Amino acid sequence: MSAPAHASAHHAPSGFWRKYVFSLDHKVIGIQYYFLGLFSVFLGMSLSLLMRFHMVNPEAKVSWFAKLWPTAAAGGIMTPELYLSLMTMHGTIMVFFVLTTVPQSGFGNYFLPIQIGAEDMAFPVLNMMSFWTTFLALVVMVSAFFVQGGAPLAGWTAYPPLSGAGRITGPGEGMGQTLWIISIAIFCGASLMGAINFIATTVDLRCKGMKLMRMPLTCWTWLVTAILGLLGFAVLLAAGVLLILDRVAGSSFFLPSGLFISDQIIANHKGGSPLLWQHLFWFFGHPEVYIAILPGMGVTSHLLATFARKPIFGYKAMVYAVLAIGFLGFLVWGHHMFMSGMNPYSAMAFSVLTMCIGVPSAIKTFNWIGTLWGGKIHFTTAMMFALGFVSLFISGGLSGIFLGQPALDLYFHDTYFVVGHFHMIMGVAAIFGMFAGTFYWFPKMFGRMMNETLGKIHFYLTFLGVYGIFTPMHYVGIVGNPRRYSDFSNVEYLAGVIPVHQFMTYCAYVTVAAQIIFVVNLFWSIRKGPKAPVNPWNATSLEWTIPSPPPFDNFAGVHPVVYHGPYEYSVPGVERDFIMQTDAPNPVPAEG
Amino acid sequence: MGMAGSLTHESIQGPPPPPIEGGWGDGDGGNEGRGSSRRASFTGLWVLLAASTMVFAAFTSAMVVRRGLSDDWASTPKPPILFLNTAVLLLSSAALDMARRALKAGARERFNTWWTTGTVLGFLFLGGQTIAWLQLKDAGVFISTNPSSSFFYVLTACHAFHLLGGLCALLYVDVQALRLRLGPAKRTAIDISAIFWHFLDGLWLYLMVLFYVWG
Amino acid sequence: MLLAPVVWILTVVIAYFFAAKTWWFPLPINQHGIAYDEQFTRTLVVTGVIFILAQFALGWVIFRYRDDGGRASHSHGNNKLETLWTSATAVLFLGLVLMGTKIWAGVHFDEPPADAIPVEVLGKQFAWSFRYAGPDGKFGRTELKFINDAGGNPFGIDDKDPAGKDDIVSASLKIPAGKPIKLILHSRDVIHNFFVRELRMKQDIVPGMEIPLSFQADKIGVYEVPCSELCGLGHYQMRTTMQVMSPDDFEKWKQQQLANK
Repeated sequence: MSAPAHASAHHAPSGFWRKYVFSLDHKVIGIQYYFLGLFSVFLGMSLSLLMRFHMVNPEAKVSWFAKLWPTAAAGGIMTPELYLSLMTMHGTIMVFFVLTTVPQSGFGNYFLPIQIGAEDMAFPVLNMMSFWTTFLALVVMVSAFFVQGGAPLAGWTAYPPLSGAGRITGPGEGMGQTLWIISIAIFCGASLMGAINFIATTVDLRCKGMKLMRMPLTCWTWLVTAILGLLGFAVLLAAGVLLILDRVAGSSFFLPSGLFISDQIIANHKGGSPLLWQHLFWFFGHPEVYIAILPGMGVTSHLLATFARKPIFGYKAMVYAVLAIGFLGFLVWGHHMFMSGMNPYSAMAFSVLTMCIGVPSAIKTFNWIGTLWGGKIHFTTAMMFALGFVSLFISGGLSGIFLGQPALDLYFHDTYFVVGHFHMIMGVAAIFGMFAGTFYWFPKMFGRMMNETLGKIHFYLTFLGVYGIFTPMHYVGIVGNPRRYSDFSNVEYLAGVIPVHQFMTYCAYVTVAAQIIFVVNLFWSIRKGPKAPVNPWNATSLEWTIPSPPPFDNFAGVHPVVYHGPYEYSVPGVERDFIMQTDAPNPVPAEG
Repeated sequence: MGMAGSLTHESIQGPPPPPIEGGWGDGDGGNEGRGSSRRASFTGLWVLLAASTMVFAAFTSAMVVRRGLSDDWASTPKPPILFLNTAVLLLSSAALDMARRALKAGARERFNTWWTTGTVLGFLFLGGQTIAWLQLKDAGVFISTNPSSSFFYVLTACHAFHLLGGLCALLYVDVQALRLRLGPAKRTAIDISAIFWHFLDGLWLYLMVLFYVWG
Repeated sequence: MLLAPVVWILTVVIAYFFAAKTWWFPLPINQHGIAYDEQFTRTLVVTGVIFILAQFALGWVIFRYRDDGGRASHSHGNNKLETLWTSATAVLFLGLVLMGTKIWAGVHFDEPPADAIPVEVLGKQFAWSFRYAGPDGKFGRTELKFINDAGGNPFGIDDKDPAGKDDIVSASLKIPAGKPIKLILHSRDVIHNFFVRELRMKQDIVPGMEIPLSFQADKIGVYEVPCSELCGLGHYQMRTTMQVMSPDDFEKWKQQQLANK
């Protein structure tokens, strides 16, 4: 355990290294995480672009492919194994280094302490270690591209025996897969450190008056996400250790008897269970879905109230829904395994629990619409993304009603229907949460405003683009299009869906191009945006009481005191249409 | 519109605090002072223990499932030195507790002796574990020999890894104590490393039961 | 503001393609498939109605409650409404899943009849093989060391075992129409998945496990079987067919296979 923050002995460091690189300041660390995520999201997106290109042009010769991958794309034609490597790395990078990293470690690090009135995270040294460990994990992950055989091809779920039997199951399954597991194990360590910090900070560092039920919903989602991460990543770490031992130490946790791969009898493994990996993996993997989406739900709730100028509809119901999702999230992992050969009775139990978890998700949606009802909506770019989140969450959530039924999963398992479903809900919905957070908090983080016009163009292009990419996936899923195919020409019935895939690919080009607008807006605004006031959105939470950007110890040595709930907007009899959480208990009544 | 921009840092603090209702972490209200960092350290410790428990729970459930599924499970011969190691570990925990009692009574000298004893016993346990591994190796039992030996190595290694962390904490406290730098701030470090060490103790007893009943 | 019509138009377009069935299932070829389609339609109607209502409501509040300089209404929520929609969704969702259990039970809990034709299915990187027991009704013993893909022995049938002499091995699945079939799924390397769209059925094939899958196909025809669990670089080309024949044709095919041995 590293030394906890000392409230009084907190001085800003002056040197470059201590200030920007090995910083202990949660705000700097938050921004470091944010940019790590930004790099990763562009990397992951580029990989998906290559995949979408290859799916509709499997024969295309592209000379620079050959330069990038002399063996895997010899002659400029992408091989199926390269396609699968891109797919594996796209999934892994997006899930771990983007969806887990930005909403929680990025925004959470920056704003959790401020929103609860603390000067820093509970353990600043641990916080710094957590970031640099994540960075190391990313370096190891990316290095898998450059080793012999290239990156692994077993998918982000790494099912053994494909991922466990070594080089003989495929080119990327040698060193590439080993590095992948090592990177994930390092990442687990980093996430555990982060989770410890988040939980201790939320529990113990709340300022005077910041009762749990006065925390902004963002803090609630960060807390529950941290708990999910704590329990989930611990299990993934254990599973990763066992998998790597199967690969390098000759044990047989997941590798069964009777394997015959590449014309060789595999005699040194026997008795292991491939399903054991799936159980351990999804025990982590399902909570991971909520790790990705919960902070987005928190940001959306926070923004809907702020920009509709209304209190959140059913604050307590929202809190209980988040807790219920967190709890049930650990009981539904089996719905990823309906077709795996596990006991069909347990499949039914898992499906009932899965439907149960749909209920708190529905509560959230109803409450969001209830929040907007009767409001006065200000259409800032941040708000547009929050509204887009709600729309995507509805669309992506409803397709889950199909997949949660084992009976219907008999057809949809591992088709594009699944791909469309999870991209909609944990992919782009979560990313919309990040965009919303970026436009909302940018003024606080960088002291300048982002450009709203560019923001709105970016929003509309992205909103239409992602619907254009991911809705048709449901249609081709109904046709029975299997996922993880590098080329559709071998299956006759897929001839009819190739035009649909072409449409999705064009939509992907447009969506990716639109992201350039965002990057330009982001970097231009960091340098040239108009100066941000302390509270540009007339919001109520604590971060809007301190300068933009905040001083080193957030509250300049002052201990804030909280008197109000987080969403007191348009309170009758109060002149301003919002009451800051730190405002005096009885604000001045409105005149007349 | 009246912007909060006009708020100064004085106005953040506002009027005197309202009465604060009890609740999880709301008890003494506010996060100032050493009290809260001690509290946060303890919360961090409990959370860390939860994570470690989860890791071992995952290994255990994997072991139970793997054992139930297979027909190739053969019990691994356990080196008898494990019992000696268990005794050493229990003694080290007891020594740390004696040390803490001594400190409470204000007997710094006695604290140093007991704490050093506990730390040395901790290292002895690790040495004993190494001997156990070497004995297994000489008996031709490796990680790949049998699922039961695989789990034996994984669980003991994972425990030893935790133990290394614990030893670092014990050493840190010991060095501070011997250099007479044991201010009140270090009390938290003492309590936390001792509790962590007791946890490793309990964990080891659990593993012993696991090995002898299931392994 | 512009967002409201955008959400509405998107909703209409998305719903249109589901309703028009532009890209759709093939026709089912057995009772299970018909029941499956009914359950799918039920679910589609329920989720479709929720989808359209929710997206339209979202568009409506965006349109109706845009800022006009006035003051928003103040409300912290409504517990009655909260209870109402919580219980409504719970009933709806659980009702759907319970209605589907019969279909799931039909695939996994009902014992296949004693006269079901057993077929062993072998998945390997990246091809399929199917084995029939032959006239003696017994499968021959197999061992890894006898595996010879080039020599037509992907299962590794021991040629010293008399029970294996008459085993028929085929690269595609041939079954008689209207007869119960019992597949025994095996993999010898990684996880594969047996999927026939027209059967509305799918099952992972896991090395180290023997997973049974029983069904009956009533409509004569040739149906594609694409591997549906990532199995390596050739996953996309691991494809075979399931041919449903008249029982007479099936017998003829078997005799022909035996004669060719």
